[in-house]
Amino acid sequence: MTVTASASETRPPVQRWLAVWAIALAAVLLVFLLQDSIPWAVNYPAGAIIPVADWVGALMVWIKSNLSWLTRSITAVLGVPLDFALNLLAKNFRIGHGAEAFTLPRLSWVGVCAVAFLAGHAAGGRKLSLLVGGCFVYIALFGQWTSAMLTLALISIAVPFCIVTGLFAGIWAWRKPWAERLIVSPALDLMQTIPTFAYLIPMLLLFGNSPVSAMIATAIFATPPMVRATMLGLSRVPLEIGEFSDMAGCTARQKLWRVLLPSARPALMVGVNQVIMLALNMVIIASMIGAGGLGYDVLLALRALKVGEAMEAGLAIVALAIALDRLSQAIAHKQAKGHVHQAVSPSLWRRYPTLTLAIAILAATTLLGLFVPAFASVPKAITFTTAPLWKAAVNWVTVNFFDFIEAFRVALILNVLNPLRAFCEGFPWLGAVFLLGLAGYQLSGLRLAALVAVLTAFCAITGLWEKTMATVYLCGISAFIACLIGIPIGLMAARSDRFEKIVTPIIDTLQVLPSFCFIIPVVMLFRVGDVTAMIATIAFAVVPAIRYTNHGIRQVPPALIEAGKVSGCTPRQTFFRVQLPLALPEIMLGVNQTILMALAMVIICAMVGTRDLGQEVFIALSKADPGRGIVAGLAIAFIGIVADRLFGAWTAKARARLG
Amino acid sequence: MSIRSHLSKLSMGAFALAAVSLAAPAARAAAPESNDPIKIALFDWTSVNLNAKILGGILEKLGYTVEYPTADYLSSLTTGLTNGDLDVGLEFWDTTAGEAMKASDATGQTERLGKLGPKAKEEWWFPEYMKEKCPGLPDWHALLDAKCAAAFSTAETAPKGRYLGGPVTWEGFDDERVEALKLPFTVIHAGTDAAMFAELDSAYQRKAPIMLWIYSPHWAPAKYKGEWVEFPEYTPECYNDPKWGVNPDAKYDCGKPHGEIWKYAWNGMKDKWPVAYKVAKAYTIDTDELNKMSGEVDLDGKTPEDVAAAWIAAHEADWKAWAQ
Repeated sequence: MTVTASASETRPPVQRWLAVWAIALAAVLLVFLLQDSIPWAVNYPAGAIIPVADWVGALMVWIKSNLSWLTRSITAVLGVPLDFALNLLAKNFRIGHGAEAFTLPRLSWVGVCAVAFLAGHAAGGRKLSLLVGGCFVYIALFGQWTSAMLTLALISIAVPFCIVTGLFAGIWAWRKPWAERLIVSPALDLMQTIPTFAYLIPMLLLFGNSPVSAMIATAIFATPPMVRATMLGLSRVPLEIGEFSDMAGCTARQKLWRVLLPSARPALMVGVNQVIMLALNMVIIASMIGAGGLGYDVLLALRALKVGEAMEAGLAIVALAIALDRLSQAIAHKQAKGHVHQAVSPSLWRRYPTLTLAIAILAATTLLGLFVPAFASVPKAITFTTAPLWKAAVNWVTVNFFDFIEAFRVALILNVLNPLRAFCEGFPWLGAVFLLGLAGYQLSGLRLAALVAVLTAFCAITGLWEKTMATVYLCGISAFIACLIGIPIGLMAARSDRFEKIVTPIIDTLQVLPSFCFIIPVVMLFRVGDVTAMIATIAFAVVPAIRYTNHGIRQVPPALIEAGKVSGCTPRQTFFRVQLPLALPEIMLGVNQTILMALAMVIICAMVGTRDLGQEVFIALSKADPGRGIVAGLAIAFIGIVADRLFGAWTAKARARLG
Repeated sequence: MSIRSHLSKLSMGAFALAAVSLAAPAARAAAPESNDPIKIALFDWTSVNLNAKILGGILEKLGYTVEYPTADYLSSLTTGLTNGDLDVGLEFWDTTAGEAMKASDATGQTERLGKLGPKAKEEWWFPEYMKEKCPGLPDWHALLDAKCAAAFSTAETAPKGRYLGGPVTWEGFDDERVEALKLPFTVIHAGTDAAMFAELDSAYQRKAPIMLWIYSPHWAPAKYKGEWVEFPEYTPECYNDPKWGVNPDAKYDCGKPHGEIWKYAWNGMKDKWPVAYKVAKAYTIDTDELNKMSGEVDLDGKTPEDVAAAWIAAHEADWKAWAQ
């Protein structure tokens, strides 16, 4: 309390801030009006652009020619387990060469489905067993088995890799605060905000066009939650537990591995769950650099305009995600309950009955597959497809509603989007650097101001200002609308359990279903351009707004609500005066996440013809220009970091005021 | 039981191998020179994947091990193909990959294997029903008429017509073309060709106006009835010399170039698998046949593997001659 009081004395009071902002805005307006005499303040002069892209490109060439031996050996080493998993689940083992090669079969699909049922049963009983097993049977019956197993194989190697790397990075950062502040934290921010497409070319050059590259790209994107979960989990272990282990005479190593990490297990399992979900988010992009699998099926189907087939492959990804998500959550839940120590039985069969049974089933069905083809691969006769239905539905909407949709689209473009776009693109870069810096200073102080100003200036001095502002415009308006839709839905979900039950599967699907699947049908209705991009972005970014709002309201302690009721609040008053203010920080966190999600869609949107940083990344990809791609990727990341920091500082202030 | 069955299968396999190597004629004993897999790139459209499966199928019949990694079209020329991550890529179009191929040639680590056979054609294209609203088509002069352009317009582009161009990464020069020929059209760039064909499909069902960039060989000209606009014939001078053509002050006052489709290989392939290299270099395919096979995959729902196997069976004499 004393800290905040003294801080506010040294800073100008609110009225003075108002005056400062008025002057600042006037100054920016002046710059804008005088742009004929000082054009350099509005559009960054082309002559002064710093060729960061060329430097990065030169660095890449150097790394490629001098460190290839290292990166290629990494590829070779990681390729061994990955190839094994790919062969085991999807491709069959080939021994020998040419037409006479002898093949050892992959695991039978019947066996894998049976194991899915078993795993579900072991982790969470009958209901989970039906869900997980059902998802696998669904994949098989819809004829997606081989592709789904390619994807599963990639995930099954990538996820443990991410978990181990994340765990060690997290422990290191937790032990050494300087490492956390200087290395790990900024690295995590960049890994989560730079779009994967931006570093695909370096990936291809260094690690080759192979599933291993795809796996490493997946790992870069999916590891950060594990690191964060490890740091959070370790720092939340009660002090007494650590002290007790010291008293019991643990060495530092024993204390970490035997005491602290097991105590942090619930948080770690949340990290594992997140790693799995993010890894599945990557399957489409991974398919572009040699992974194949479901992601490739989606891409190929869309190129041939097979909307239905793409949707089915996308839904298979969702089924896989739901199965793995529920399974890992159930395991986390079970372990959080703790173990009861039992006498360890000497025989393997007694100790791990389910595991032994699973192995036996796999072995038996796979052997059967040698003689009965129906066990080796899903027989065509029992698969079916809904693809024509999807296509028919899209066509029906196209034919019947296009004119209505077109009128809506044109009105939106002419009255809202185009003016806003012109405003953003004409905004003076110097003014933006100045205003954002000022906001940083007011919210937190000089350090934030400097960070924000430098990151904003980076976008200008690399010559990307106009594209940066085009990105800000599209993401900004999409995130705004996503919040307008998402927060009320979240509020409703928080007040009604039945509504929540309906909403949850929908938002789960929206999050995991590759945006590619629905972006093409949207093009058929809304044509290429900003409206389509906006709709796709909103569909993806609305998820955190709903989820965090729901969670925020629901976690308000019941005692406080009771207190409200006792003091005579009507239900309405309880909601607006008690629950909503208390949930505000959580809701704000949701808004923050919504902005980051909208930024993550920038690249996908470039596929339907937006003209922003996403397009820049695409051009770099097709020209195989690593420098250009990375610089554009950094600019996207910096927009995200600036928004995140300013929002974070604002929320922290609001929270301090609420007490 | 299990071990014994495997063992017996293994030994049968070994025996078969031995028998084949004994029985094989001298010419085939040379191939495979190396048992390392030959990697043929798959991209994200049908015809290239058909070609990959056909060439791969032939090489497998010759005793090679073949893998099919998925790759990105343009960047593979300067990444995978330069270092043997990919050994062969079968369709690089003059019309869309001209600059990328130049960059690839400059690395000296790839080799142009020659032409695939079919000619790439791409141009402005309109559905047949648009001829009623704009009777002068397909001659490009018809587009100069304001009424005709308006027939192709939407609310944002009116009174100008709307032309849906390819992604900015394709080398189309459509903005320049519109300027040079003074066409009353606005160029809208689609981000991917999937988006482009989604718009076409939507418009075609509603018989709505649309003018867009279509290329061949592709399934679209087979599925939708329409015609290419006839611009002044492309010549290299048109793209380099402003004086050429109807507009003496501007370049690009002509149609798009027709082009070849090229095969590329990693330049180590020649030494590592000489016979496979010879086959890849000799491999060509007929345009009509390729279009028909693409249609069988995209419209009739056959798998590329089956269609490729049918081609290989029908042309056995051809590819056996290539391997000699």
